[in-house]
Amino acid sequence: MDNEKKNQSLFLKLIPYLDKYGILILLLLMILALHLMQPDVFLSWRNVTNVFKQISWQSMLALGVFMVIVTAGIDLSVGSIMMLSLMLLAIVAKAGMPWYIVVLVPMLAGLLCGMFNGLGITLLRMPHPFIMTLGTLYIFRGAGNLVSGGVPISGFTEEVRYLGHGRIDLTWLGLEESQYLPVSLVLIAIVYFIFWIFMNHTRIGKWIYAIGGNPNAARASGINVNKILVIVYSLCGFLSGIGALILAGRADSGYPNAGLQAELDAIAACIIGGASFFGGRGTVLGVFAGVMIMGILRNGLNLMDVSAFWQQVLIGTIIVIAVYIDVLRKDFGTRK
Amino acid sequence: MSSPKHIVLEAKNISKYFGTITALENVNLTVREGECLGVVGDNGAGKTTLMKVLSGLYKPSNGSLFFNGNKQILNSPKDSQNLGLEMVYQDLALAGNLPIGENIFLGREPTRNFGFLKLLDYKKIKALSEAHLDKLKINVKSANQKVEELSGGQRQAIAIARATAFNSKIVIMDEPTAALAIKEVGKVLDLINNLKKMGVSVIIISHRMDDIFAVCDRVMAIFQGTNFAESELSNTARDEVIGWIMGKK
Repeated sequence: MDNEKKNQSLFLKLIPYLDKYGILILLLLMILALHLMQPDVFLSWRNVTNVFKQISWQSMLALGVFMVIVTAGIDLSVGSIMMLSLMLLAIVAKAGMPWYIVVLVPMLAGLLCGMFNGLGITLLRMPHPFIMTLGTLYIFRGAGNLVSGGVPISGFTEEVRYLGHGRIDLTWLGLEESQYLPVSLVLIAIVYFIFWIFMNHTRIGKWIYAIGGNPNAARASGINVNKILVIVYSLCGFLSGIGALILAGRADSGYPNAGLQAELDAIAACIIGGASFFGGRGTVLGVFAGVMIMGILRNGLNLMDVSAFWQQVLIGTIIVIAVYIDVLRKDFGTRK
Repeated sequence: MSSPKHIVLEAKNISKYFGTITALENVNLTVREGECLGVVGDNGAGKTTLMKVLSGLYKPSNGSLFFNGNKQILNSPKDSQNLGLEMVYQDLALAGNLPIGENIFLGREPTRNFGFLKLLDYKKIKALSEAHLDKLKINVKSANQKVEELSGGQRQAIAIARATAFNSKIVIMDEPTAALAIKEVGKVLDLINNLKKMGVSVIIISHRMDDIFAVCDRVMAIFQGTNFAESELSNTARDEVIGWIMGKK
């Protein structure tokens, strides 16, 4: 009996750590399992860099959607923002603009699309961000098809493709030529680090969490909630624009189906990573783990030649389990 | 109360109309330094409207406000905060997902310079809030504890600590003991007595006669938007005050 009590209290003490690092443990277990199943391939240089290249643009969308979810909102339009930004990039590139303008276009377009979402939600007083961004999911994709005529536009210069396609040579470290570092991997690391600082160590980041925790408290503290929301949706759009730039490099093409259903992948990564739909909860590290888990799962199952349909079933199952763990954590962790 | 202390807040002839509805008509209110004033009245009598006028959330239709004897026009709650008046809201206005310290400093977080960046100074937040909680004799494990882990009474105490963290001179509390367990009511009332000792003036809106008689020095009743009765607490009794609420003298 005493022993049982001891175990119980040990479990309770572990909860905060599980809350923080549980998802990383899950990620490490998955890596270990896949490594044991595919010892020659899975952790090879080629495959690991492949995984990072595959998750590169998704990770940008997920990070943007994460900030929105922390405010207890949702952004369904990130896939469409990325597609519209990509199409504008392709048109400007085809028009023969210099590369430094071409790379700015998707970032600016994404930022403005996100700002449009934010202003719509706050100025039009939409009952829920779901509605505004559901509308812009259609609007932005329609606009992308209107400007491009609904056909792919291909062929970009190396400078434009650098973020998505570039490689950093490591032969000076004594490594082989095939052991390069993808630029997109470095970009993910830099962007995630910047947003980790932003969310955890700046006042605006703190206010984003406060708005998600209790918008009335934020308002009573003199925080301009609407302004912060516009900033959050704008940043989310901006990150989608960076996603478009990466995708342009990887695909060397702007195509009408770019980012189709990508918003759902982004939301799934946030949820798996421990962000709560009720707002105020989740970490940048968690989102990264969520993106990695989805990327590794797809990659590992591909390596093992498992059908793509099973991948869908598995990802769905992981979402449900991850949220159930969150429900359990709430039962134990908070007073009611 | 031998020597009368100076008046920190005075409202003179406050009227407030919403369209054709008269919420307040020529209401007067004074609070002295370190004094606790109880405001009682039935639902809809105008107590909350009066408090919203005092905090600058509503602009009065007529009448004026004097802080330390100076006439002031409040355009927003920010103005009254700058004059040292804080409001403790009924819904507590705390973010449960944030730690105690970050709630106390929410919107006014201290930062330190890191190159060209201004980053949050977590050490300062923790140290300053723990010192403040100590001063008010509020016991919590640590300022890093999340507010959602606290009991209702502790949350009320944190809300009061938040309101007094920035040298405020007047604190308005709307039903501070509503929804609290009985054993926690006493702690919140102790806290109010501590504030008075520190020279902070407190205005309490409450239906609970126990609270009024435990901490207030003076009580005033509002009936249908007007001053109905007012008395030093030592000169009145519970039944009389209950009569005032119902409009009987």
